[in-house]
Amino acid sequence: MSGRTAAGTDRTNRTDVRRISANAQGSTRTVCRMRSPLSVPSIRRALPTGRRAVAAAAVVVLLAAAVVWAVLPRGPQVRTEAAILTVRSGPDGQQPVDLDTALYLPEDASAGHRVPAVLLAHGFGGTKESVKADAEEFAGRGYAVLTWTARGFGRSGGEIHLDHPDYEVRDAQRLLDWLAARPEVRTDAAGDPRVGVVGGSYGGGLALLLAAQDRRVDAIVPMITWNDLARSFLPESTGGQPTAGVFKKGWAGLFFGGGGSSGSGPVGLSGVTAAQPQGAPASAGPPSPGPGEGPGTGPGHAPGAAADPSCGRFAADVCAAYLRIATTGRADQAAVDLLRRSSPAGVLDRIAAPTLLVQGEADSLFPLGEADANARGIAAAGTPVRVAWFTGGHDGGEGPQTDSDRVRFLTVQWLDHYVKGEGTAPGNDFTWSRIAGFDALDRGLVATGYRTSDYPGTAGERRTEIAVTGPDQRIANPPNGNPAAISSVPFAGGLSGLLDGVAGDVPGQHARFESAPLTEAVDVVGSPTFPIRAASPTGEAVLFVKLYDVDPNGAATLPNGLIAPVRLTGLPATIAEARPVTVTLPAIVRRFEAGHRLRVVVATSDQAYTTPAEPAVYTVAAGDAPLALPDVPGEPIPTAATVWRWVLVGLLAAIAVGLVVVVAVVRRRHRRHDSSVHPAYADVPLAVRQLRKEYADGFVAVSNVDFEVHPGQVVGLLGPNGAGKTTTLRVLMGLTQPTAGEIYVFGHRLVPGSPVLSRIGALVEGPGFLPHLSGLENLRAYWRATGRPAEDAHFDEALEIAGLGDSVHRRIKTYSHGMKQRLAIAQAMLGLPELLVLDEPTDGLDPPQIAEMRRVLQRYATDGRAVLVSSHLLAEVEQTCTHAVVVNKGRIVASGPVEDIVGESPSVLFEVSDPDAARAVLDGLHGVRVLPESDGQLVVDTNGTARSEVVAELVRAGIGVDRVVPRRRLEDAFLALVGETSRGSGDR
Amino acid sequence: MGTSTVGAAPGYRPSATLPFAAEFRRQAARRRTQLALGFMVLLPLIILIAFQFDAGDDDNGGGEFASLISFATSGGLNFTLFTIFVSASFLLVVVVALFFGDTVASEASWGSLRYLLAVPVPRARLLTVKLLVALAYSGLALLLLAGTALAAGTARYGWSPLRSTVAAELPPGEGLLRLLAVLGYLAIVLLVVAGLAFLLSVSTDAALGAVGGAVLLWILSSILDQITALGALRAFLPTHFSTAWLGLLSTPVQTDDVVRGTIASISYATLFWALAYWRFTRKDVTS
Repeated sequence: MSGRTAAGTDRTNRTDVRRISANAQGSTRTVCRMRSPLSVPSIRRALPTGRRAVAAAAVVVLLAAAVVWAVLPRGPQVRTEAAILTVRSGPDGQQPVDLDTALYLPEDASAGHRVPAVLLAHGFGGTKESVKADAEEFAGRGYAVLTWTARGFGRSGGEIHLDHPDYEVRDAQRLLDWLAARPEVRTDAAGDPRVGVVGGSYGGGLALLLAAQDRRVDAIVPMITWNDLARSFLPESTGGQPTAGVFKKGWAGLFFGGGGSSGSGPVGLSGVTAAQPQGAPASAGPPSPGPGEGPGTGPGHAPGAAADPSCGRFAADVCAAYLRIATTGRADQAAVDLLRRSSPAGVLDRIAAPTLLVQGEADSLFPLGEADANARGIAAAGTPVRVAWFTGGHDGGEGPQTDSDRVRFLTVQWLDHYVKGEGTAPGNDFTWSRIAGFDALDRGLVATGYRTSDYPGTAGERRTEIAVTGPDQRIANPPNGNPAAISSVPFAGGLSGLLDGVAGDVPGQHARFESAPLTEAVDVVGSPTFPIRAASPTGEAVLFVKLYDVDPNGAATLPNGLIAPVRLTGLPATIAEARPVTVTLPAIVRRFEAGHRLRVVVATSDQAYTTPAEPAVYTVAAGDAPLALPDVPGEPIPTAATVWRWVLVGLLAAIAVGLVVVVAVVRRRHRRHDSSVHPAYADVPLAVRQLRKEYADGFVAVSNVDFEVHPGQVVGLLGPNGAGKTTTLRVLMGLTQPTAGEIYVFGHRLVPGSPVLSRIGALVEGPGFLPHLSGLENLRAYWRATGRPAEDAHFDEALEIAGLGDSVHRRIKTYSHGMKQRLAIAQAMLGLPELLVLDEPTDGLDPPQIAEMRRVLQRYATDGRAVLVSSHLLAEVEQTCTHAVVVNKGRIVASGPVEDIVGESPSVLFEVSDPDAARAVLDGLHGVRVLPESDGQLVVDTNGTARSEVVAELVRAGIGVDRVVPRRRLEDAFLALVGETSRGSGDR
Repeated sequence: MGTSTVGAAPGYRPSATLPFAAEFRRQAARRRTQLALGFMVLLPLIILIAFQFDAGDDDNGGGEFASLISFATSGGLNFTLFTIFVSASFLLVVVVALFFGDTVASEASWGSLRYLLAVPVPRARLLTVKLLVALAYSGLALLLLAGTALAAGTARYGWSPLRSTVAAELPPGEGLLRLLAVLGYLAIVLLVVAGLAFLLSVSTDAALGAVGGAVLLWILSSILDQITALGALRAFLPTHFSTAWLGLLSTPVQTDDVVRGTIASISYATLFWALAYWRFTRKDVTS
C-alpha cells in the first residue's frame, strides 16, 4: 500500500485552523480596546442618576455576556489532514484505487499519546464531507477519526460495487492498515489498530461487512442499515424469497440515481440520513466533484470515455442486475446472489466486534426488521449486541432532539467502552422511542424514550389480538400500476410519512377491514400480523397490506407510511376456496388511542413498488384470525425535564425562604426602630431640626431649616417660589428622605411611613383624588385606606368645611380647581388630626372662601391642635397666622410671631400727584429710599427721617400729597428679608 | 396587639391600612377595569358571532396548530381553547400589563399616591396590596374569558371532547382539566408581563408609559425569539416558552417546556417584583 499525502491541502487546513484562533483572540482584544475609553470617571459623569446607572449596568452585563458567548471557543481543537490514498484491493488485492480521505486528530494525539481510532463511513451518495461534523465531534472526544469517500463517489476513484467484500470492504481493510501505521493511533498488535467502525446506511452496511471480514475491528455502530439487500429491495411479507419479492422501485431508483448518472448524486440520499442520526446538519459538505469532474473522472483512476451513461459509476455487474430487475420488476437468482453478496445476512456469525445497532422507525427503505435480523444473527454468535430504535430513519431524518441525543449518548458510550476502554460496560438493554406529539415551541416532533432490559425482537413480548372484519371485496389491479396508491414518498422529509399528508388509496383498488372502536389504548411495539385470503383469476396477485389508525372523525393515519407488499401465487379463482396467509406487517412503534379504530387496507397498487402491468380483478377477504399486535412493556427514559422539575422546586423553595428572610429582617429592623419619645418635644406637634435635603443631581433644596409648631399656633411657612417650602413639607409627609436633620411630631421621630404620620392631616402640592369617584366617595375611600374606624372620621364636619353642597355626589372629573381644593382641605381634616399641614390652601379659592378658610383655620388651632400653612401669599399669612417662618434659598431667614416679624415698619406709602417728580425729590433726601412699587404709589423707607419732614419736602417741591399711609405689612418685612430681587431663589 | 400603634392616632394600625377590599373597590370603580373585564366577556361572544358568518372555507394555511382553528366549533372546550389561543399572545398581555402597569403610576399621576403614603400606608404594604389586587383582577380577567367562552361555546356547540391533531380526543372531563392546566400555565407566563409592568409602574408617573413599556418589551422579546440565529440565548428570553402550553394538549402531556417556562417566568417575575419593592421603598415620591 502506498500513501500519497496531499501535503499542500494539509498545510492549508492547518493554517486555517490557526487563523481562526488568531481571529478569535483578535476580536477579544478589540473588545477590550473598545471598552477602555469608558473610564470609570467618564461613566460616572455620563450617568448622574442611580436609575441610569442601574440600566446601564444591566446593558453592560448583557453585552458582556453576549460577547463572551460569541467569542468563547467551542469545543476542543482538532487537527485535520486530508490526503488521497491509493490502496490496492479487488479480488486479487492488487487493483489500485484512489480514496479521498481525511484524518481528524485530537490536538493532543501524538506518538507519545496514542489515541484509539474510529473509521467513519458515509452514506450512499455522500462523501467524506457528509460526515465532517461527526468526525470532528469524535475527534473532540479523543479519537483519531478517518473518513473517506467510498470508491465510486466524489473524488475517489473506482466503481460502486455496493459494499462488495472484495472492493469497498477490502478498501476499508487497507485503511485499517494505514491507521495502524499512523504513529498517533493506538494499536492492539502490530498492524492492528484499536478501532471502531461507525456508519449509517451504506456506511452501516460496510461496518457490518468489515467486522465480519476483519477481526481487527473492535466495535461497530451500524445505523439504519440492511441485513439483506435483496430483501430490502424485493420484500415479500408472507415469508417469500426475494425472487418472489415486489420490487421497491421508488427507493431503488433513487439509489441508482444517487450513485449513477449524476456524479454528485442527490446530496440527500444518505448524506442526510446517515449523518443525521448523529445530529449533523444535512448539508454537511459540498457535493464532491466540481465542474469538469463528472462521473467517473475521479483523479488517479479515470475510466474516461468508457463510462456507460446508463450505469454511471456503478460497476458493470451491479448495473446490469439493476437494469434487469427494474425492467421486469422481478429478480432472478443471479441478481439476488449479487445483492446477498453485499449483505451482512450471510456473514453475521463471523462478527466478533460488539455491535450497537441503531435503526429508524420512519424508514421505508431499511425497516426495523433489518436490524432485528442483524441483531439475531450477531447475538447467535455470542457477540454483545445492543439495539436502539429512534423515530427518524431514511424517511424521518434524525428525529427529534431527544432521539439524536440518545443515539449520540449510546454511540459514545459504546465506543468509549469497547474501543477506548473507558467507562462501564454498556448493558444490552433495548431503547426505543415513540412520537408523543409536536413541540409547542419550535413545532418539531417530540419523542418519548422507553427502555426495557432485553431486546425482545419485532415479535414483541406480549400480544394484543383485535378482531378486524369486513366483507369480501373485489379490487382492481390498474394496468401498469397507474393510478397508484401513495404510502410514502422517499425523502419527502420527516413529516410526510408520519402526518399521513400524502397517504391515499385509490377507490376501487383497495379493500378495507376495520375493528370496532378500541375500548382502551393499545400500544404497539413490533410487527403486527394479519391473515388475509385472496382469489385471483390469474392465480397470482401482488397486494399491499397496511394498517391504519383511524380516529373517531374518520381521519386515517398510516404509521410512518410503512406497508407490507405480498406476492401470492397459486390462488384460486373464487374467494371461497382461498386459504388464509399470514402477512407480517412492518414493525412500528405506536399507541392506538381509545376510541380509535384499526383499519387493515389491502391495496393493489403502490407508487413505490412495481406491480403487474396486466389489469386484473382480485377478491380479498380477512383471514381466520384477528389482527395480532405485539407490544414491549418499557419504562420511560427520564429526560432533562426531571432535572428541570427539581430546579423548579428548588427555585420555589428559594423564593419562599427568601421571602420569609426578607420579611423577618424587615420586621426585626422595624422592631428595633426607635419608638421612644423625645422628651423635649413630647408636647410639640412639630419640631424640625436642621433639615437638609440634597437631590441626587447636587441641588440643595433645603440647606438648613429649623422651626417648631406649638399647640394653638397657626404657623405660616413663607417664602418665594423655590425657597424649599414644598420640599420641607414633602419630608414632613414622609414622601422624601431628608439628607440630614430630623423631624419630631409629638416627640416621635418622623421617617417615611412613621405611624405618627397618622396624626397629621395634609394637603401637599395640590389635591389628589381618584377622578372616577365622587367627592364623597373619594373621602370615604381615603378613610377606608387609613383602616381607622369610620366614626373617627367626622365626615360631616369635613364636608361642611368643604361646602360643596350636592356637588359632593358628582364625580371629581367635573370639579373646578377651587372645589377640588376645598375637598382636599376637608380630606386633610378628616379625623381631626392634631397637626394640619396645608400647602397653599387658598389656591383657587374666591375671596369669600378665603375669608371663610381663614376663620376655619384659626378655629381649628384650638384644643391642642396646630396648623402649618405654607404660602407665598403674604396677606393671607399675615391675616391667618399667629406665627410665621420665612424661608429663603433653603434657609430660615426669620421666624416668630407675625407681629414680631412685621415689627414697626419704617416704610410709608405716599399717593402723590406727580410720582416721577416725587421720586426725584425723595431720592435727593439723605437716607430715604424708594422701594419698588407700581400703580403710581410710592413706598418709601424713611429710615429714621420724620414723615412730616418728607411731606414738607414734597410740598415744597410743588408736588401734591393726597395720602400718607404708614405701612406695617408683612410684605415689606418679607421683601426686606428676602431682598428685592424678583428672581426666585429656585433659580440659584 | 393593641388597638393602635405607639405614637399613632387612635385606631391606626399599619397592618390595617389600605385593606385589600378597599383597594379592590377603588379599582373596581374605574372605567378601565370595567372595560377590560367587560371585554373579556364580550370577546368570546364576538368570536362566536363571527363563526356564525363562517362560510366554511376557513382553511387558513398549514401549521400543525391550524387544527385549533378548524376544531374551534367542535365543542365548548375547543371553542374555549381557540379563544385562549387567539388572545394569549397579545390581548391577555395587554390586559395584564394594564392591571399591573397602571396601578401605582395612575395613583402617582392623580396625586393620590402621596396622600396614601401620608396616611401613612407603609410603602411595602401599599405595593403588596396593589400587587395582590392586580393579581386578582388579572386572574379574574383570565377566568372571565375562559368561563364565558366555555359557557357560550358549550351552549352553542355542545359539551364535546377536546380535539386536536396533536393528541387523541380527550373526554370532556379530562379536557376540562387540560384546559385548566393551560390557563394555569398561561397565568404563570403572564407573570413576566405582570412583573415588568409593575416595575415600570413604580418607576414612572405615566400609567400609559408603564403599560406600553411592558407590552413593548414583551413584543421585543417575542421578535428576538423569532431570530433563530440567537440560538441558546433565546431560552433566556422571557417569551421563549410562552407557547409551551400547547404541549399540555398532546398525549402524553409534554411538561418539559412547561416546567422550564415556569422556571423562567417565576424567575423573571420575582426579579422584577423584587426590583419594584427595592425601588419603591427607597424612592422620593415627588408627584
